[in-house]
Amino acid sequence: MFISYEFILFLLMVFILYYLIPKRFQWILLLAANFLFYFSAGTWYPVFILFTSMTVYLAGRAVGALDEKLAAYDAAVKAGEIAKPSREEKRLYKKGINTKKKRYMLLCLFLNLGILAVLKYTNFVIENVNVVFEKFGRDSLGYADLILPLGISFYTFQAVGYLLDVYWGKCKPQKNFLRFTLFVSFFPQLIQGPISRYADLSKTLYQEHAFDWKQVRFGLERILWGYFKKLVVADRLNIAVAALMDDPEYYTGAFVFVGMLFYAVQLYADFTGGIDITIGIAQVFGIRVEENFIRPFFSKNIAQYWRRWHITMGTWFRDYVFYPCSLSRPVKALSTWSKKRFGMPVARRIAVYIATILTWFATGIWHGADWHFIVWGLTNGVIILVSEELAPLYQRFHQRFPKLAAAFGYRMFQVLRTFLLMCCIRLFDTYGSVRVSVRQFIHMFTQWGLHPVTRQELTDLGLSGAEYFVAAAGVLAMFLVSMLGRDGSVREKLSEKPYLVRYSVFVLLFFAVILFGSYGVGYDARQFIYNQF
Amino acid sequence: MMRDSLFTISFSVEDTYEQDKKIVTALLSVLVVLLLFFGLQRLVEPKYADDVPEGNFTAEYYDETTEHDVLLVGDCEVYENIDPMYLWKQYGITSYIRGNAQQLTWQSYYLLEEALQYETPKVVIYNVQALTHGEPQREEYNRMTLDGMKWSKIKYQAIQASMCSGENMLDYIFPILRYHGRILELNQNDLTYYNKARKVTHNGYYMRIDVLPVSESDVADTEWLFGTDTEEEEEIQDPWEEIEGADEALEDPWGEIDGADADEAQDSAADSTTKEGELFGEYPMEYLDKMRRLCEANDITLILMKAPSLAPEWYESDNRQVEEYAQKYQLTYINFYDLLEETGIDYETDTYDGGLHMNLSGADKLSKYLGRVLSEEYGLADHRDDEALKKVYNEKYTFYLDMQEKQQEEIDTYGEIRSY
Amino acid sequence: MDIEEIKEGILAILQELHEDIDFTAETKMVDDKVLDSFDLVTLVTELGEEFDVEITARDFIAQNFNSVDSLAQMIARLLDE
Repeated sequence: MFISYEFILFLLMVFILYYLIPKRFQWILLLAANFLFYFSAGTWYPVFILFTSMTVYLAGRAVGALDEKLAAYDAAVKAGEIAKPSREEKRLYKKGINTKKKRYMLLCLFLNLGILAVLKYTNFVIENVNVVFEKFGRDSLGYADLILPLGISFYTFQAVGYLLDVYWGKCKPQKNFLRFTLFVSFFPQLIQGPISRYADLSKTLYQEHAFDWKQVRFGLERILWGYFKKLVVADRLNIAVAALMDDPEYYTGAFVFVGMLFYAVQLYADFTGGIDITIGIAQVFGIRVEENFIRPFFSKNIAQYWRRWHITMGTWFRDYVFYPCSLSRPVKALSTWSKKRFGMPVARRIAVYIATILTWFATGIWHGADWHFIVWGLTNGVIILVSEELAPLYQRFHQRFPKLAAAFGYRMFQVLRTFLLMCCIRLFDTYGSVRVSVRQFIHMFTQWGLHPVTRQELTDLGLSGAEYFVAAAGVLAMFLVSMLGRDGSVREKLSEKPYLVRYSVFVLLFFAVILFGSYGVGYDARQFIYNQF
Repeated sequence: MMRDSLFTISFSVEDTYEQDKKIVTALLSVLVVLLLFFGLQRLVEPKYADDVPEGNFTAEYYDETTEHDVLLVGDCEVYENIDPMYLWKQYGITSYIRGNAQQLTWQSYYLLEEALQYETPKVVIYNVQALTHGEPQREEYNRMTLDGMKWSKIKYQAIQASMCSGENMLDYIFPILRYHGRILELNQNDLTYYNKARKVTHNGYYMRIDVLPVSESDVADTEWLFGTDTEEEEEIQDPWEEIEGADEALEDPWGEIDGADADEAQDSAADSTTKEGELFGEYPMEYLDKMRRLCEANDITLILMKAPSLAPEWYESDNRQVEEYAQKYQLTYINFYDLLEETGIDYETDTYDGGLHMNLSGADKLSKYLGRVLSEEYGLADHRDDEALKKVYNEKYTFYLDMQEKQQEEIDTYGEIRSY
Repeated sequence: MDIEEIKEGILAILQELHEDIDFTAETKMVDDKVLDSFDLVTLVTELGEEFDVEITARDFIAQNFNSVDSLAQMIARLLDE
């Protein structure tokens, strides 16, 4: 969606209008732009997003009203307007209100997650039921013809996060329905996130924004950089990756390794590039969207990786699945029980284990209705648990050899290890089938020398030598920018440089995208990998 | 007071100076980007100098300094089969071919409409082959035909009429968006022909002097025109099949430039030619009507012609439709299939690709017939005594002879023509 | 139970989690990632048991878990309710 002339023209028009109209109408323009964008993606899509906005808005208002009622009760008691209730009376009153709140919240949650589940998972369920049916010789069920509105996984999560935040009293409900709809449907992040929190996004979303050249410039630079990653690196490598995945029988052994590396680069460039465009667009409008990546491939362990890759999704699952689950009554009861039964070491683990596995199951299936996503998610969860168990061991090791632990070489080793480990887990996603992934993983070791990776073999993947060179140069550029960004914003640093330097960088980047990007006729503007989710 | 105002003045002077500096910087910045943009755009545009000269045809028309009595429009069946230099030498007729590879009827119309902005010929000849194409065919042919046009409302309309699904007007307005991929495939020719494209035609005629007899090629099936092939002929065909690969080069002239990508952009109904017994599409007929009316309005005689290509097959039903149309509007229809004896076309010596297109010998045979019709039946004047024209055409003729010589040299050296 | 007693109880639990950290000096245990999500979950379970209070998602915000003091205040408030 980001890669089309129409989108760029649309953006340009919204941008110009945004700073021409009176500032108090800016947010209304954005709302209109959201719906135009969403309507052009699918005629019926706006209906879905409106339904979610409406139900979550109403539930939020209802919960908010009950909170106010409780506060008014407390205030009245304090002021002596009503007779001081006994502790028991007070508790009962509070309980009554909380039960109602919970009812509204659950109903709304059920509706919205229900829609998501039906649209996204019905056919997956039918498929699996059919497998069972086949075993028992029964006729298989037909598949449902459902539409999956663009970005539904993202906006539903964003809306649900808001609802729970209101429910837990972490933020005040939005009283204006249209403003709330703007939050749910904000178009730059509709396709692939980030999943914004209401408390964060609402700070700048509804503000009046005067034209601020620095913000706009930073935004444009970010957008350009995003297009560079996406068009010059990701979409180019995509050709080779597709060829490798298309014929896993042939491209085995060392090629699995090559594919792993290519896919890692492609996914990174594609996804972070898309997010750069999103955040850049928002910034051009003066709106701050949370970061979604912090140099994930420099992580030293997998837990750190998941705190730096697709951050808003990770924190979403942490705050709305992992914690609620591990703090829920049944899980707590279970750990209390097991403490008595098996002692502290088991009890300590039980809640975390259950919550981790559940969270990663959910993360996996959220990515797509397919077993390989579930296995991918669970693998992540298991590895995180294992490394948690091993943590004391590492700690002791680091304590015994403090010099080694601090050495650059050792840190490099940790980064490389984490990167390769993530690449291996990602094989499930790369090949899109559990069976093929496992087989390829094994063959990577057993058939390493089957046919060597030669120059000719690499060109046969569909990229010329010159194109590999361009991709490599792009990777180098991404690496250097990451290194530069370790101690502060790259764009801030750039903006301190003389005009000529800034200008040259911008021009260079602009023409690099125009000339070396894989776009236009023939390169059927590849969809961002992430918006299928 | 005095000091104050002095201070203010000096301050404001400095202020305007800063202001001016800012404006100059901004203007320079924009200028540099524009220069780079258009400079790079020209760099990556195909120069059509190596293997696909067809891309240069449309633009060469603008280099013409004199007017023409005859304009020919159509696809390869005109630009490879009619030789304006022959018409000049033998009959003194001035003519120009506005033809391109797979030039579709609507494109012929717009190229004609555009030409009429520059001159008003006495006769327009339209080759009817393209009527069998009911809709836009392939993106790369569109580009070869349309890129060379000067920007005007007509070009815009021509593009609108021609775009296949998935094409975008912006790709035509800024060709860099279409050809940027060539940045990795540039060669010497992109610099050599940066300023001026290589001249490849003779008043729109694409010359080939080599010969590939129909009996030595299986490109064309001659059965529909001559009846059943003899078995002997078939035996001779085989060895050529693998050596020549002629059809491959014809089908995908862009193979080197943009191979796989261009394929994707082509319309799914790429080969939507009319089958036997089918009517021509409404779309081409609409443009044929427009062409006819345009000629009427400008007092130009419109002649329909059909070149004697062995493929694709010219169905009886196709022919009948053209005949009916010609009759209805009282147009002359020259069907060269019916004139094989008069023209003396011999598919063993007069074609360079086994019967699809004429070589110089074949083109001159067709031109001889056409020239006679034009001068005798339509009374087109003999301009050979016109000093100004003579000067221009002598120069053209030198280039014409020069190319024949060079093609012969290549045939002698390599056994085939490589650079034309 | 007074606030000092609560603090002692909290410290004991924390020390059980990481014996090598001086928790009395920490003021940003969550923000500085001294405690990861695993620690937090264990901590909540343990606290709940030790003081017989129910810590729900509503109380589960960084401010409440950043220092021993803030933890103690939260426990005191929950005990009061």
